[in-house]
Amino acid sequence: MRLLEYQGKELFLQYGIPTPKSVLATSLREAEEVSTKFEFPLILKSQVAAGGRGKAGAIVKCNTPTEVASKFQELKNKEIKGELPRSILLEQAVDIRQEVYISLFLNRGKRSYSLICAAEGGVEIEGVKNKFIVDVPSSGVSLSLATEAASKLGLQGRAAESFINLAMNLSRLVFEKEAELGEINPAVVLRDASLMALDAKVIIDDNALFRHPELKKYQNMTESEVQAKKSGFSFVELDGNIAIIGNGAGLVMSTLDMVSDQGGKAGCFLDFGGSATAETIYDSLKVISKIKRIRVILINLFGGIVKTNMVAEGILRAYREGIIEIPTFARITGAEAEKAKELLKNSNAKMYDTVEQAIQGLLEELSKMEEVYEKPV
Amino acid sequence: MKNQFDLMNILVGQQTDEDYCRKPVIVQGMTGSFGSVHTRLMRSYGTNIAAGVTPGKGGQEFDGIPIYNEMSEAVERTGAAISVMFVPASHFLNAAIEALNNKIKLLVAIPEHVPILDSLKIIEYARLKNARIIGPNTPGVIVPEVTKIGIMPALPFRRGNVVLFSRSGTLMYELAYNLTKANYGQKLCLGIGGDPINGTNLIECFHIIRGINDVESVVVVGEIGGDAEEQLAEYIIKTSFPKPVIGYIAGRSAPKEKRMGHAGAIVYGDYGSAESKLASFFKADVPVAKIPAEVPILLSQKLKR
Repeated sequence: MRLLEYQGKELFLQYGIPTPKSVLATSLREAEEVSTKFEFPLILKSQVAAGGRGKAGAIVKCNTPTEVASKFQELKNKEIKGELPRSILLEQAVDIRQEVYISLFLNRGKRSYSLICAAEGGVEIEGVKNKFIVDVPSSGVSLSLATEAASKLGLQGRAAESFINLAMNLSRLVFEKEAELGEINPAVVLRDASLMALDAKVIIDDNALFRHPELKKYQNMTESEVQAKKSGFSFVELDGNIAIIGNGAGLVMSTLDMVSDQGGKAGCFLDFGGSATAETIYDSLKVISKIKRIRVILINLFGGIVKTNMVAEGILRAYREGIIEIPTFARITGAEAEKAKELLKNSNAKMYDTVEQAIQGLLEELSKMEEVYEKPV
Repeated sequence: MKNQFDLMNILVGQQTDEDYCRKPVIVQGMTGSFGSVHTRLMRSYGTNIAAGVTPGKGGQEFDGIPIYNEMSEAVERTGAAISVMFVPASHFLNAAIEALNNKIKLLVAIPEHVPILDSLKIIEYARLKNARIIGPNTPGVIVPEVTKIGIMPALPFRRGNVVLFSRSGTLMYELAYNLTKANYGQKLCLGIGGDPINGTNLIECFHIIRGINDVESVVVVGEIGGDAEEQLAEYIIKTSFPKPVIGYIAGRSAPKEKRMGHAGAIVYGDYGSAESKLASFFKADVPVAKIPAEVPILLSQKLKR
């Protein structure tokens, strides 16, 4: 779960990481009201999860209340990398002497956490040449490690002290809240040589959320995602018109690739997990039925253990009850495949021996639909 | 790499062993709905399921298999060095520590949704105990026609000389199915797990089998997320890996910053992208199939060369 900036900063506050004074606003009225509490200039920051907000025009400086009024509405209605913000953060501008970078992240290859620091901030860290990278044990960043990092960045006196606190507090946050990433980019050295976090990027381990009920309020899911989660599915909404369903994340990804290689556009990715029953198929079709964009359904099921005639029953039930009306193209391996084909014969679902054939059939059907669609009657 | 881990010896043993091809396996969480179904399936495949452990159900039997309250008793009675876990993710860490504290040398961790910190802790502990974890979030490991320790269907696997490693469960079945259809049987198929952190990673897998003579070739199924494939490619180049390798990468068309089902399948910027993995495999002279059905074709081409 990727936290929005203001959510990350709420955690920063709890962990003693200083941030500029800020208030969240969802409406223009709110924004105008709270802006009176600030000195100008102040910064408006669109609360979207996408990275590179500065370049994307999601962060705007305002010098007067009138500017706040006009810029707020503009920002509120502006999509940033396909994402519309629900709220805007109003933040006090600060006087910056130096910017630095610090992050603590799960280093998958090393199977440990790593700390990265650099004496440049507000940059893409991949492109920074001089950076300090070091492994961090699960006991967290120690005083000596933080001190070493501060000296590598060339920080001295109060700034060094302030950086050490920042690093150790960030580490406490990451390990206590079970984050995969805690990044401050930039952290800034102010005129009084104290440090402050200007941005916050925190990614929480979804699988650890059961230990952190206090973080559940940050979950932000669409209706389909809520539905899918209830049924125990992995679900990602995409922008095409073909629903792709299967058992196992790898298999569904692989199917997505094959569809896209053939020129098809996936409308969603739905993995209902390792095992498959008539019930899981039925439930996944229910989730799909709510997405209006979807015109056809592709099921790729590597059965083995599952009886395919049971799966066919699940599909037939979804049609019978009017849950779905659009056509289904399925490749289902496993026992009783002939029976399953027979069952589906006169329905709106077709079963194929290979996924390549199923995709072929589906794309032909789609192009027929488009012909009908495009010719006005 | 130190500590050469003899996986085949633990799974199958030596011909002189009394229990050659019949190594005892303990099932942690045997009586749950998932555990009981797969206990039966593993047993009917030929796996020597020697005992189950479910706290509070000690003294009972499941299909004639004794159940114990604790691992200590189960290990003492059976002499097993292998355990396969069907416990809920929230109980994973404690159950795994209990297994490692009781001489388990190979722990097959089926549960999905294990927190990352728990995985890190148990991997560190396994190193101390000189034991190995496969998973979590793995379908398990199968030596076709000998033993099946996990949840994979029996159908796609046949005995042979190809080794198959996969980050994905169902793609492991799919690939084995394609190999089997083309008459490429398998010596060993192992799912490393779909999580960001794997108890046994791809490099370790390759290291384990590099010295086995009758392994003819290796097929590796990767996917987007992390840099396991990139690191593997480097290992193949640096150590002049002695066997032909064919790859498949899932998720070429997946969007960035979206978690595609597996906790580990997510691209941040270029980190974890399919392009980066394909380029690494290319450098390591590992042909990558575009679709699963292409794998046996590439394999036969590579073996002819």
